[in-house]
Amino acid sequence: MSDSPLLEIRDLWVTYWQRSGLTLRRRPFHAVKGATLSIAPGETLGLVGESGSGKSSIANAVLGLVPAASGSIRFGDAELSAMKTRYPAAARRQIQAVFQDPFSSLNPSMTVGDIVAEPLRVHTGMSREERRARAAELLKLVSLSEEHLGRHPHQFSGGQRQRVAIAAALALQPRLIVLDEPASALDVSTQNQIINLLYERRDALGIAYLLIAHDLALVHHISDRIAVMYLGHIVEQGPAGRVYSAPAHPYTRALLEAVPLLDPARQRARRAARKAAPAVEAPRDAVSGCPYSNRCPSVMARCRSAMPAAFPVEGGGTASCFLAEDRGRARPAGEPASLAS
Amino acid sequence: MLRLVVQRLLALVPLLFIVSVLTFSLTSLLPDDPADLIIGQWGTEQQFEMVRERLGLNEPLVPRYVHWLERALHGDLGTSFFNSVEVSDAVMQRLPVTLSLTAVSALIALLVGLAAGIAAALRPRSWTDRLATFGATIGQAIPNFWFGILLVAVFAVTLRWFPATGFTPLSSSPWEWLRSVTLPAIALGLASSAAIARQVRSAMVGVLQQDYIRAARAQGLSRRRVIFKHALTNALVPVVAVLSFQITVLLGGALIVEQVFAINGLGTLAITAVRRQDIPMIQGLVLVMVVLVVIVQLATDVVYGFLNPKARPS
Repeated sequence: MSDSPLLEIRDLWVTYWQRSGLTLRRRPFHAVKGATLSIAPGETLGLVGESGSGKSSIANAVLGLVPAASGSIRFGDAELSAMKTRYPAAARRQIQAVFQDPFSSLNPSMTVGDIVAEPLRVHTGMSREERRARAAELLKLVSLSEEHLGRHPHQFSGGQRQRVAIAAALALQPRLIVLDEPASALDVSTQNQIINLLYERRDALGIAYLLIAHDLALVHHISDRIAVMYLGHIVEQGPAGRVYSAPAHPYTRALLEAVPLLDPARQRARRAARKAAPAVEAPRDAVSGCPYSNRCPSVMARCRSAMPAAFPVEGGGTASCFLAEDRGRARPAGEPASLAS
Repeated sequence: MLRLVVQRLLALVPLLFIVSVLTFSLTSLLPDDPADLIIGQWGTEQQFEMVRERLGLNEPLVPRYVHWLERALHGDLGTSFFNSVEVSDAVMQRLPVTLSLTAVSALIALLVGLAAGIAAALRPRSWTDRLATFGATIGQAIPNFWFGILLVAVFAVTLRWFPATGFTPLSSSPWEWLRSVTLPAIALGLASSAAIARQVRSAMVGVLQQDYIRAARAQGLSRRRVIFKHALTNALVPVVAVLSFQITVLLGGALIVEQVFAINGLGTLAITAVRRQDIPMIQGLVLVMVVLVVIVQLATDVVYGFLNPKARPS
């Protein structure tokens, strides 16, 4: 990883206050519990986890849409979590976003040209003609054409709409784009096109991505590093290849097993094993100990009482699991533990 | 947009035709013979026949309709049965009164409804929201004539800020016009502002949850721009439909509120005309009301197409 990260998140907590029932008392719900992450310039970090794991809350906190309850979010030299109201314009325009559902993420009353030019209108002093010219240029970057400028979102397909959203995110030449499940609302053939488009743009423009997804298999192709979230905790992170091929945390392994196998016999065996294991609801507020302990197939006594720290994993990265600690200890003396990443 | 207007205008032709037929049939649908109404109980058979002849009642229905329509299209709606006043003159004289009352109350309803609805939607389930929702329920439940009397008691009789009755035309004194129209317009607009506030609230709450609002905020747009440009433009689409319906309601309500404030508008004219079965007057009033409603609908369609690209003919 590079010396000075572009985005650095340290011990971030995101808390929502929920009203329960008829009473006006509000109860805290911690969506993110002490997450630490960093992204280098031009790097793609894949953030995966099941729904409700807090990955979108991290995205919202980075975008300034929800406040950080505690911890810090640094972007370049700017400390964003301290900004109570709005980010400084400089940081603001360098972080853009693409959201999941292209049928909901484009304003239906605006033309595509206006949607793509909206960030330019707000953050630059460009004239109407300049904005229009730039919007036409941006549409070409995402394989749409100038003639689409005057059309409205409802005249486009899902994939085309997502291209429009990407064009708008590229408008200000940001250094970081938060991609919140950018392909999961699309059909599979379109998914690949969008992922490839993002891939090309990243290589051409040197943008860093915070790529949020629930599908580890899809993400590992275009991510440099992967972080895995479970119930508000980052349970494992490391180089994409290592996390995918040698997952150190039992939860990461479970995520990978959710991807169907091509061999029917092996898939059948796995499904039988999954059915045999007891199904456990994920608790919203974990008790003490490891948040995964009541679902974990290799749970140990101490998992229920103590929260494992992030232990280094061979091949790079860390895993918050006592198994990773044991594996590190079992390593023959003299061989230095790999602390890369 | 021009295409939309032309399309809607053409659609009006059959509608207006049907309305004219129905309005005209009033004469034949009523149980009493109009000549009887004019002559009264003690008229002679000869007088009766004369009146029938003068009104053209001896002619067959269809030529009579054609004749009536011809004159109506030229602005001649006939003469009142009772005081020989030209119907079109009487209606045109009262129209500005009712129109200003309706327009001002529609404006009040829209402004109050938007403000309350947006305030409530920005913080769902907050105290502001509860208060607005409660106020809207009360506002819709209170009858306009009762609220009008209450307003008169407080602001006209006790505080003496506004006149209790009467109407000053805009042309004679804009200030006095505003003073005379304020209380009746508030009384009339209360229920509509409540209905609009409800609609604005629910539409805004829905729109604010859309990802394009999240996207607009993520792009670093100001709160004001996000709320008014991105959210409100889309939330207004269903609101416009409600507003147009409410304007029709207001036109009807104006007839009652005019009575409370002793305003000489279309309402007073209509009530008198109905009471003495002054058929030409009723016909004229119905036609004018229908044309007003049709104009409101046309405006609604145009505004709707402007706000919602999907509603534009392609």
